[in-house]
Amino acid sequence: MIPVSVTRDDVAHVARLARLAMSEQELDQMHGYFEAILEHFAKLAAVDTEGVEPTSHPLARANVTREDCVTEPMDRTKLLANAPLADGECFLVPQIMEDE
Amino acid sequence: MTTQPLIGLEVHAQLLTASKMFCGCPTEFGAPPNTQVCPICTAQPGALPVPNQRAVEMTILTGLALHCDIAPRSVFARKNYFYPDLTKNYQISQYEQPLCENGYVLIDTESGPKRIRVRRVHLEEDTGKNIHGGAGAASRIDFNRCGLPLMEIVSEPDLTSADECRAYLQKLQLILRWIGVCNGNMEEGSMRCEPTVNVIEVGGSAKTALVEIKNLASFRAVHQAVDYEILRHTRALLAGESTTRETRRWLAEGRTETMRSKEEAHDYRYFPEPDLMPLEVDEAMVTRIGADMPEGPDEVRERLIEQYELSSYDATVMTQSREFAAFFEAAAGAAEDPKAVANWMQGDFARLLNETGTPLAESKVSPAGLADLVRLIADGAISGKMAKTVFERMFETGKAPALIVDEEGMSQISDTSALEPVIDKAIADNPEAVENYRSGKKKALGALVGQIMKETKGQANPALVNELLVQRLGE
Ligand SMILES: [Zn+2]
Repeated sequence: MIPVSVTRDDVAHVARLARLAMSEQELDQMHGYFEAILEHFAKLAAVDTEGVEPTSHPLARANVTREDCVTEPMDRTKLLANAPLADGECFLVPQIMEDE
Repeated sequence: MTTQPLIGLEVHAQLLTASKMFCGCPTEFGAPPNTQVCPICTAQPGALPVPNQRAVEMTILTGLALHCDIAPRSVFARKNYFYPDLTKNYQISQYEQPLCENGYVLIDTESGPKRIRVRRVHLEEDTGKNIHGGAGAASRIDFNRCGLPLMEIVSEPDLTSADECRAYLQKLQLILRWIGVCNGNMEEGSMRCEPTVNVIEVGGSAKTALVEIKNLASFRAVHQAVDYEILRHTRALLAGESTTRETRRWLAEGRTETMRSKEEAHDYRYFPEPDLMPLEVDEAMVTRIGADMPEGPDEVRERLIEQYELSSYDATVMTQSREFAAFFEAAAGAAEDPKAVANWMQGDFARLLNETGTPLAESKVSPAGLADLVRLIADGAISGKMAKTVFERMFETGKAPALIVDEEGMSQISDTSALEPVIDKAIADNPEAVENYRSGKKKALGALVGQIMKETKGQANPALVNELLVQRLGE
């Protein structure tokens, strides 16, 4: 069931999970957008889904798998070329805090 | 107040596939950083994952070995969080519909076998590795591990002590190795364990808040950390202190510390992975996969007790791995004395394998060779002491024991007429020992036996020497 309303705190929570810094003003604005979007999706609730199995995929296919075969890995120089920061072996990121 | 610890174990086991979970990158451990990566496991735009069929089959095989129900339909889900070792900003895992559910592992406890329920076994991908402590204020990221296939095996909180946790882990490791789905190596991280611990009041409602422990890289660390937490929780419960739900980190110095509290825990916002189709497993597929199931360690153990009349202890040692059990059966089948084979395998053989770091599969000793050695001892051709030397040569060279005995002139003297002159000489040389023996000091015989063994370079049959000496001195 889709909640018809979302609080400003919900928006702040989702922003934090997505590592997005938002000003008070932006939060207010986003809150409005969220409500409008959810209201729109709430219209789906009008559809009669009695007896319809929930689906996880729009295509009616299953078991699309591959054989356990090794393929050629990517060239490391190419891979690291797009990184903002690298040392020829690894990607470099700002030091990670001990807390995961 | 009587208290009771409740522990559940979450185990991650890396599957022994040749390629990763959703791409064809190789899975070998220890490759140079970022050399086993591709557009899919590094989440380049537009790259799409395709599940590894072998990983699915191995998970189903594991489910069967753990007596689980195999789900006729299961789906992959996205677990969303942000961390530098995660290329896509989500991990593909399973959430609401895992592949396997409701199984159990049988462990041995002091009060007999105990059934530890397994809640679920699901399939997911591993993350990359952060290499901390590089130069400057940067962390280095290696994505070789990113996308490796992992099974997550979650137990119910049926474990009640650190010893039980260790027994459960050892049993799980044995089973996973036995069916060939995981190498079970905790140091390399191919098997990882996160216990969840709390302590409750028996017959009451008091309990401490659930704690998850991380950073455990050995059975020993798991045992110590669980013991530490049980004590900490029990004290808090008895003192009526309030506790918080949190994740704690095990430190090498022998204690745990708060890593993060559950209030700030991630909200993973799971949803079905739109890039992947569901898995549908029908009876025929389960039957086909189940046909690969070897006779399990518990069954083999029972059979060894019955068929070879081994003790429960010996049978447990002989089933420490599938290879070990197969070696034992091959040797015991060729020898008349299975118990002697078991003794050699857990004695000198195990010691030499251990000392030289040789895996059983690479040992030069064959089951037939060990059976021959056991027969030579039984026939009296060599003494038990000589056999030890012969076995060491077999271990070094792989030669047949009879050949070694011949080459080194080690055969045992079991011929009475050959021993008599030596015995005569020993009696003549040691009048004092003879006197002592005859006056009732039976221990004096040792000096005589010693000289005889020395004279024959250890080749005299000691039982025969004893018999002949006692006979002669009694005259
Ligand atoms: Zn890849």
